[in-house]
Amino acid sequence: MKEMKLVSKRFGKINPLSIDEYINFDGYKNLKKALKMEKTSIIEEVEKAYLRGRGGAGFPTAIKMMGLAKETNKEKFIICNADEGEPGNFKDRYLMENDPHQVLEGMLIVAYATGATKGYIYVRGEYQKSISLLKWSIDEAKKNGYLGKNILGSKFNFDIEVRSGAGSYVCGEEFALIESLEGKPGRTRVKPPFPTSVGLHNKPTLINNVETFSTIPSLIEMGGLEFAKIGTPSSTGTKLISLSGNVKHKGVFEIPYGVPIRDVIYKLGGGIEKDRKIKMVQLGGACGPIIPDYMLDMIIDYERFEEFESKTGAGAIIVMDERFDLFDILLKVVRFFQHESCGKCTPCREGHIQLANLIIKFIERKATVKDIISLESLARVIHQASLCGLGQTSPTAIISSLRYFRDDYIDRIEHPQKG
Amino acid sequence: MLKELLEKYEKKEDLLLEILLECQVVKSDHFISKDDIKEIADYLSIPESKVCSVLSFYTFFSDKPRGKYIIQVCKDIPCYISSDVNVLNIIEKELGIRVNETTSNKQFTLEYTSCLGCCEAGPVMRINDKIYTHLTADKIKAILSEYRVYM
Repeated sequence: MKEMKLVSKRFGKINPLSIDEYINFDGYKNLKKALKMEKTSIIEEVEKAYLRGRGGAGFPTAIKMMGLAKETNKEKFIICNADEGEPGNFKDRYLMENDPHQVLEGMLIVAYATGATKGYIYVRGEYQKSISLLKWSIDEAKKNGYLGKNILGSKFNFDIEVRSGAGSYVCGEEFALIESLEGKPGRTRVKPPFPTSVGLHNKPTLINNVETFSTIPSLIEMGGLEFAKIGTPSSTGTKLISLSGNVKHKGVFEIPYGVPIRDVIYKLGGGIEKDRKIKMVQLGGACGPIIPDYMLDMIIDYERFEEFESKTGAGAIIVMDERFDLFDILLKVVRFFQHESCGKCTPCREGHIQLANLIIKFIERKATVKDIISLESLARVIHQASLCGLGQTSPTAIISSLRYFRDDYIDRIEHPQKG
Repeated sequence: MLKELLEKYEKKEDLLLEILLECQVVKSDHFISKDDIKEIADYLSIPESKVCSVLSFYTFFSDKPRGKYIIQVCKDIPCYISSDVNVLNIIEKELGIRVNETTSNKQFTLEYTSCLGCCEAGPVMRINDKIYTHLTADKIKAILSEYRVYM
C-alpha cells in the first residue's frame, strides 16, 4: 500500500520559505483558476466534491461557504483554525511547516467565493515555527500580489493576519476560538446562532481547519466530481493521518478514505516496535475512542466512526502495545480534560474530577460493580449535557473502553486489592 | 520598556493576548506583574479585571516571576508511551527542583505542558521556544549542561 499524496504532495519537495518554489510546483495556479470562475460555481464544486471538515467534526464545507456567502454584511471573516491541541495530532503543523502557501491559497479561494473581507489564522502558541513561517509567507504573498488589494489584477481584496493562542486546548472549539481572537478567555458560546451568521466581532464568520483549507486548491484543480471519486461515498478525498505511539515509523501519512486502520499501522507504520502485541489504539486523539486489536480492520471513514457516538475525524492514530495499562491511560485522558475544561458548564467542569476519582478506584483495585454503573452514567451525562465539543467528546475514551475492554473492568472488580 | 512594546500595537482590545505574550517573552523573569497589568489596561482603556481574567485563563501566562529558562515537559499520552525514561524525574534530580518550581539562582523553571505536537518524535520538551525531541537520560543531561554554561 502506498500513500496518495494530494495535500502533502509538496512535503519535502520545496523550500517552504520560497514562494517561487511553491509557484513552480503548481502554486497559486488554482487561485488564478478560481478568480476566473463564478463565485457560486466554486461553492458548487466544493458541494459536488462533498468535502467535509478535516478538523474533527466533519461538517460539510460547502454548507458553511453557502452560509457565509448569503450574508450581506460589509465585513465578513474567515478563520483558519490552527489550534491543533489534540494530543496525537500533528498534521496541521506539517501542513504549515512544509507548505504554508497552500494554506493561504485555500483561504484565498474560499474568501473570494464567499465574499469574506479579512482572514485570520489562529495558531496555537506552542507552534512558534508555524507562526513565523506563516508570517513570512504572508509577507511574500503580499509582495507578489497574491494578498492585499486588487489581487492578481482583479477587484478582489483580501488580507490575512496570524494570531497566536496562549496554551488553551478548548480554543480549538470554534466559539472559544472566536472569543480568544477577541482578546477574551476562551469560553464557548451557546449555539445557535452559528458563526456563519454571528461570529467574530458579531460578524458572519467561517471557520475551517488547516487541512480543509489546504485541500481546496487540489479540489479546484480536479473539479468536484473527480475529487468525490476518491475515498468512500460518505468520506471523499484524502486524509492526513498522524501516526504515533509504539509503531516503527511514526509520522504523517496521506491516505484516501476507506483504508483499514490496520494497513496504516502495519504497512505505512511498519508494525509494532519489537514486534510486541497491540493492547489498544486510540483514534482521533484524547477525545477519541480506544479500541482493541480485533477492531483494527475497520476502515477510516466518517460513517464508520459514527459507531463510537463521537466525531473523530482529525485523523490521529495512537498505538499502544501490551506493556500499557488501560486505566493508567484513561486517567491521563481524563486528567487532560479536567485541566483543559474552561469551566463554563457544570457537567464538564465537575464531571471530569469525578471521572478521575472513579478511574483511580479501578487503578487501586477498590472498585465495585456500582462504580462501573456510575462511570458509565457520568460519562453519558457529560457527553450529552456539555455545551461544546470538549465535554461532548471527552468521555468517548471511557464509553468505548467500557464496551471493548469490559474484561479489564471485571478483572479489577473480581481481584480487589487485599488488606 | 513596556511602553515601547505597547506603542507597536494599535489600541484594540482584541490584541490583548498578543501584547501579553510578547510582554512575557521579552521580560527576563517571564511573568506579568501587577504594574504590567495596570499599564496594559490603561493603554487599551479596559479594566484591569479584564486583563486578569485573560491572564488566569491561559496556561502560558504567569503572575509569578519565573526563571530565565522555562523547561516544559510534555505529559500527554503519545510522549508517555514512547518514553523509556521519566523525563521529568531526570530534570528534577539534575536541577534539584520539583515541577512548578524555580531554581534558587533564577535560571530554570520546570513546568508541565500539554502536547507540543511532536508526537512522532517523543518524548519531547521545550526550553523557552526551542523544542527538543527523542529525549534520553544522556541527552537531557547534555542539554541542561549547555544551558548551564551560559548562565
